[in-house]
Amino acid sequence: MDMQIPYTIDTRPDTGLTNPKLGIWLFLASEVMLFGALFSSYVLLRWGGDYWPNQAEIVNIPLATLNTAVLISSSVTMVMSWASLKLHDFSKYKLYMGLTFLAGVAFLVIKTIEYNEKFSHGLYPSTNNFIAIYFLMTGLHALHVIGGMVVNGFLWGPGAKMWKTEPEKFTNRVEVAGLYWHFVDLVWIFLFPVLYLL
Amino acid sequence: MDHASTIGHPAGGAHAHTHAHAEPGFLRKYVFSVDHKVIGIQYTVTALLFLFFGFALMMLMRWQLAYPGQPIPLIGGLLGVANAPGGIMLPEFYNQLGAMHGTIMVFLGVVPLAVGGFGNYVMPLMIGAPDMTFPRLNMASYWLYFVGGVIMLLSFLAPGGAANSGWTAYTPLSNIATVGQTWWLGGMLFLILSSLLGAVNFITTIVQLRAPGLTWGRLPFFVWAQLVTSFLLLLAFPALQAAAFLQASDRLFGSSFFNPSGLVVSGQVLEGAGGGNPLLWQHLFWFLAHPEVYVLILPAMGIVAEILANNTRKPIWGYKLMVGSVIFLGFMSFVVWAHHMFLTGMGTTISAFFQTTTMIISVPSVIILSALFLSLYGGSIRYNTPMLFALAFLPMFGIGGLTGLPLGLASADIPLHDTYYVIGHFHYVVAPGTVFALLAGVYYWYPKVTGRMMNEMLGKIHFIGSFITINLIFMPMFIQGLAGMNRRLYDGGQQYAHVQDVLGWNLTMSHASWGLGLFQLIFIVNFFMSLKTGKKVDANPWRATTLDWAATTSPPLAHGNFETVPTVYRDAYGYSVPGASADFIPQHAEKA
Repeated sequence: MDMQIPYTIDTRPDTGLTNPKLGIWLFLASEVMLFGALFSSYVLLRWGGDYWPNQAEIVNIPLATLNTAVLISSSVTMVMSWASLKLHDFSKYKLYMGLTFLAGVAFLVIKTIEYNEKFSHGLYPSTNNFIAIYFLMTGLHALHVIGGMVVNGFLWGPGAKMWKTEPEKFTNRVEVAGLYWHFVDLVWIFLFPVLYLL
Repeated sequence: MDHASTIGHPAGGAHAHTHAHAEPGFLRKYVFSVDHKVIGIQYTVTALLFLFFGFALMMLMRWQLAYPGQPIPLIGGLLGVANAPGGIMLPEFYNQLGAMHGTIMVFLGVVPLAVGGFGNYVMPLMIGAPDMTFPRLNMASYWLYFVGGVIMLLSFLAPGGAANSGWTAYTPLSNIATVGQTWWLGGMLFLILSSLLGAVNFITTIVQLRAPGLTWGRLPFFVWAQLVTSFLLLLAFPALQAAAFLQASDRLFGSSFFNPSGLVVSGQVLEGAGGGNPLLWQHLFWFLAHPEVYVLILPAMGIVAEILANNTRKPIWGYKLMVGSVIFLGFMSFVVWAHHMFLTGMGTTISAFFQTTTMIISVPSVIILSALFLSLYGGSIRYNTPMLFALAFLPMFGIGGLTGLPLGLASADIPLHDTYYVIGHFHYVVAPGTVFALLAGVYYWYPKVTGRMMNEMLGKIHFIGSFITINLIFMPMFIQGLAGMNRRLYDGGQQYAHVQDVLGWNLTMSHASWGLGLFQLIFIVNFFMSLKTGKKVDANPWRATTLDWAATTSPPLAHGNFETVPTVYRDAYGYSVPGASADFIPQHAEKA
């Protein structure tokens, strides 16, 4: 594309926004509706159905608590990576973005252990609707984590070259990726009590 | 196509700067283009093809309804032994056609044409933008739609054929349906992603890329309609996505989200955990599908408003009232969904709530329609083809809307639910309503895209023929529905004593539907013939005020649309302004 789209990097004065920032907020609004629909389905299935198992006996609360800590820490490192770019400290950025990515890996490893535990106990989506919606919601969330890791990995690796040529645009990209990452974190903050503690 | 050749060889020295750009290759220019105009044309042509295909499915069904059990002439042998042995349609095939007609018309035809086609091509021009904010997402949006459409078409080849549980895919029937239903869910996933990317792109473009001076109060009504539509797509579609995930889990992984305990299928209790809720599907589906109704109608209202103002040579009546109404409609459309579910036993309290919100949402619709009617008052009307279709939209949408009121009241809905009355009601909204408005739009913006007019004589024949035949199809549906004829009967109601008196209408309606098909051939001929032989026109043949006509060439520049970004000085409808030198003042004219 040789034609420049306005407000890709600079904010438009009367709206106070850049295009990517408005775009990601709209995308996240749509995501809220997606997970909102699933949470609503959970409510209807649990209280409208004739049988619901004792969740605490099925799920692994210690592992999930550990995963909560991992994800919240990754949100902190994500902010730090963006702040490092704002302070023009590129090596710090690499460190914090790398840590964010590794936290994603850790989350998925713990999730895999959790899933294997279920399968080894013979618990599948066909067992009952709690197990089914547990797999569906945490699985969809895990896909979102993987999506975020693809973006973060790109911004840490090949995408980081942009820092040399267009530092401002690159910083904006990291900010937008961060907004998404925080959202994925936030979804987990809702999933954790609903699926594990209630 | 003329448009395409002009991209390659801009005419006149004024556009010489485009030569400086590296010319993109064939694939980049026409197939994987990031130019909103090319994408708009791709959407329009694909969606028109799907509209015609979806209509063809219905023409087959109409044979079965008029002549149940008789072999289909000419093409009966081509449908396959599994579908129509000896040319006689099987009930299973009829169900596939019904489900896929609805799916294709709504998700692959009307919405992609109204939003993907008109929205993509016209909206950035109208707001003075060089392109959409995210051109590559725009391309992805089209190709996701294309793949979703191909999956839907290929599903006819799946074992047991395409989805056959209605376009609403109600559970638990759809849970136990043949594998075509899984294909349907897969195709839907692509279509939902496509509309998500499109909606994000449309909203950011309208918010961020309006030309200097184009304040919210000066925005053409068409753009407002597209904006609200995009919000509906953005926020309503995820509910169907969630529902599709749940149903896919039921079908593929054996969960029971939509299967209640003890469900008996063909005399056997269904295996599985049970404990699910079939109504959950209906809630999630209609949470999307009711706003979807407004996704179908709002862009049509936008098109009609532009064409009415232009051909009455007057500002539309009550611009602010219309904008307020369209925003209010958008909000309200999220709280009326369960009026599709009065007969499901969800309880009178909930029914009372949803019938109240349904009565409330009819108010802004009536305001917009009244404003459009009032816009005609005192105008010296130009009766060209786009105007004829736009004028026909008003009473046709009016009939569709008013016949919806009894359906919105829980008690009146009981005898009417699932009858042909419902089919008549929503087809008046969508077919002679929205589709007429879209055809008006095709005739209206054709000279912008190609630099040539479509043939007026053929256009008028197309209009009159379509108008008569389409009413002969849908008006008798009210009669049949009031007599109690059910909507999904494979033999058109032959075995029911109480509808024998109204069965004769089936013949009239079926013949009218084939007639309507023939009149569309005239449109197709006109569409392609005019590319070569249509009368060449200047940039603004309709003498319109909005930027798409007044500030661009026809067709617009391939890169960036405008030679210089126009500044807007006035509202969108500067027609017949007293004291002005011409009967219209473009939005970007500094002085009258």
